[in-house]
Amino acid sequence: MIIQSLAFYLFSIVAVASAVMVISARNPVHSVLFLILAFFNSAGLFVLLGAEFLAMILVVVYVGAVAVLFMFVVMMLDINFTALREGFLQYLPLGGLIGLVLLLELAVILGGWIIAPGAAERAAAPTPAIDSVNNTEALGQLIYTNYIYFFQAAGMVLLVAMIGAIVLTHRSRPGVRKQKISEQVAREDSIEMRDMPSGGGI
Amino acid sequence: MAEFWTGYAWPAIWIGLQVVAIIIPLLLCVAYLVYAERKVIAAIHLRRGPNVVGPYGLLQPIADGMKLFFKETVIPTGANRGVFIIAPVLTFTLALIAWAVIPVGDGLVIADINVGILYLFAISSLGVYGILMAGWASNSKYAFLGGLRSAAQMVSYEVSMGFIIISVLLVVGSLNLSDIVNAQRHIWFVIPLFPMAVIFFVSTLAETNRHPFDLPEAEAELVSGYNVEYSSMAFALFFLGEYANMILMSAMTTILFLGGWLPPFNVAPFTWIPGPIWFAAKIAFCLFIFLWVRATFPRYRYDQLMRLGWKVFLPISLAAVVIVGGVVLAFDIQSLVK
Amino acid sequence: MNELLLEYLPILIFLGIAGGLAAAIIVASLIIAPQRPDPEKLSAYECGFEAFEDARTRFDVRFYLVAILFIIFDLEVAFLFPWAVSLGEIGVFGFWSMVVFLGILTVGFVYEWRKGALEWE
Repeated sequence: MIIQSLAFYLFSIVAVASAVMVISARNPVHSVLFLILAFFNSAGLFVLLGAEFLAMILVVVYVGAVAVLFMFVVMMLDINFTALREGFLQYLPLGGLIGLVLLLELAVILGGWIIAPGAAERAAAPTPAIDSVNNTEALGQLIYTNYIYFFQAAGMVLLVAMIGAIVLTHRSRPGVRKQKISEQVAREDSIEMRDMPSGGGI
Repeated sequence: MAEFWTGYAWPAIWIGLQVVAIIIPLLLCVAYLVYAERKVIAAIHLRRGPNVVGPYGLLQPIADGMKLFFKETVIPTGANRGVFIIAPVLTFTLALIAWAVIPVGDGLVIADINVGILYLFAISSLGVYGILMAGWASNSKYAFLGGLRSAAQMVSYEVSMGFIIISVLLVVGSLNLSDIVNAQRHIWFVIPLFPMAVIFFVSTLAETNRHPFDLPEAEAELVSGYNVEYSSMAFALFFLGEYANMILMSAMTTILFLGGWLPPFNVAPFTWIPGPIWFAAKIAFCLFIFLWVRATFPRYRYDQLMRLGWKVFLPISLAAVVIVGGVVLAFDIQSLVK
Repeated sequence: MNELLLEYLPILIFLGIAGGLAAAIIVASLIIAPQRPDPEKLSAYECGFEAFEDARTRFDVRFYLVAILFIIFDLEVAFLFPWAVSLGEIGVFGFWSMVVFLGILTVGFVYEWRKGALEWE
């Protein structure tokens, strides 16, 4: 039990500290690296809660994919950092407002959990007993059948993301020559098979 | 006090010993993999390979290691010092910690977690950071381009690797690595899932930046890619990490498709040989193919590499998931395997 | 401490030992090996030329596109993991549910293929 609480404090302190570093680091690449550290420690917290599948998916998706994109963007886009900082005061009211809304939402969720602890259970489908199946199977038994509409909606969101990314970034450039493998292979006259005697030439 | 020793200290020391018992043989294997690579390629080229240091050149990797250890660590002026040093440490650490969940024999595993394969998938998806960080921190054009190419390449091939892992999991119905191996008691998955095994192996070549996909370090154009600015032990850690990753990927191929520690036939002369030896032999076989490929194939061009990943492997592996899923459901294979 | 966490404890210890080993190797080499830096040695390597400019420049937007597409397919794989494990229990309905999901994403995949987003030249 002691190890568990030690691990909890270790993970949560590092997570909070690195989250602070994300917004206070001067170099944006350092910010992304601290963000990755924060993700890692959150994954550790998930493991402590017994949600091992979520922990691994957090690492695979957020650290392995999303943060790679962030890294690409901040490492390799030539951002003018002084210009970025100038906008800080200008956007402060809007940013503060969004932060406040998020805080209120969190308070509502926490409050609901304290006032009516049974509410969440009644709204959700009954989860399979934790001692008979592990956490991945339990998720699998619910997502694809009980929550099929949400699942398909997730698919639609991904589709929109995919098409949006292409529409925004794709430019077809004229005058580039591409390799057309099928034409190359279909071309008959340029390839010839010959048996060579050893030591002789063509 | 007594409770402290029995409850915490001894178990921790015991786990620590287990960890050391994995790390030391692994590092020895890495060192001799480098030697084996030079010898195998030399044999394919009809050369001798290293044969000066020690009998048959057997002490060559140790001599190389000592040389690197006593070299100066050069950190370029334009570099970002912290990130520059962390990058090789990260690469090396990631290559090692994946071994915590690999079962080398029946029940011989340090951490037998439920989501073993997912853990391996997560660790291998982190490999891109070491390279990206090194490429960026060096502040050198070659390193930068190498890191960039490598990141895009690893990311592209990871998708098809993911789909192929899914098609194996469909048959097994569990994410636990020991379960995956035990499901292959009757037949190794390389036979029913043959095309997927090939795609998986080729993807591991791309994932470890090996020939014919070694564009990140293409000597002819990028001189050495992301690690061009590294010297001494920082370079050695990259090098060791890369080869440890090769061994890890071979171990993954072995577990998913070649039956892990299981003997090829469950009859007398084969069952006398203990599991870990079978496991090591299969890994050695996969590694030999890695080296063989290196000596045989020319390098891919970058557009060809991307085409292979996104336009060939991805559709095939996606279709494989649906087809394998249908077959598994129709014949109720998951309960047969259990 | 429950059993699930006991299985994860060795990973934490492994992480500590492996990371410590890697750091120790670098630090030991830094201390033992002679360090004699000079400005020429520490300049970035560019085949003998002086570096013209900072190496961190803009590059082709395709790399971002690859990263975005990777995120989407990675999420798809993430959805497939629990499905693969529990296919026996959720049966035919679960199977077709996933086929529809994959179908939606295949539409996107066909779109990007036709648009030429997967082409490199």
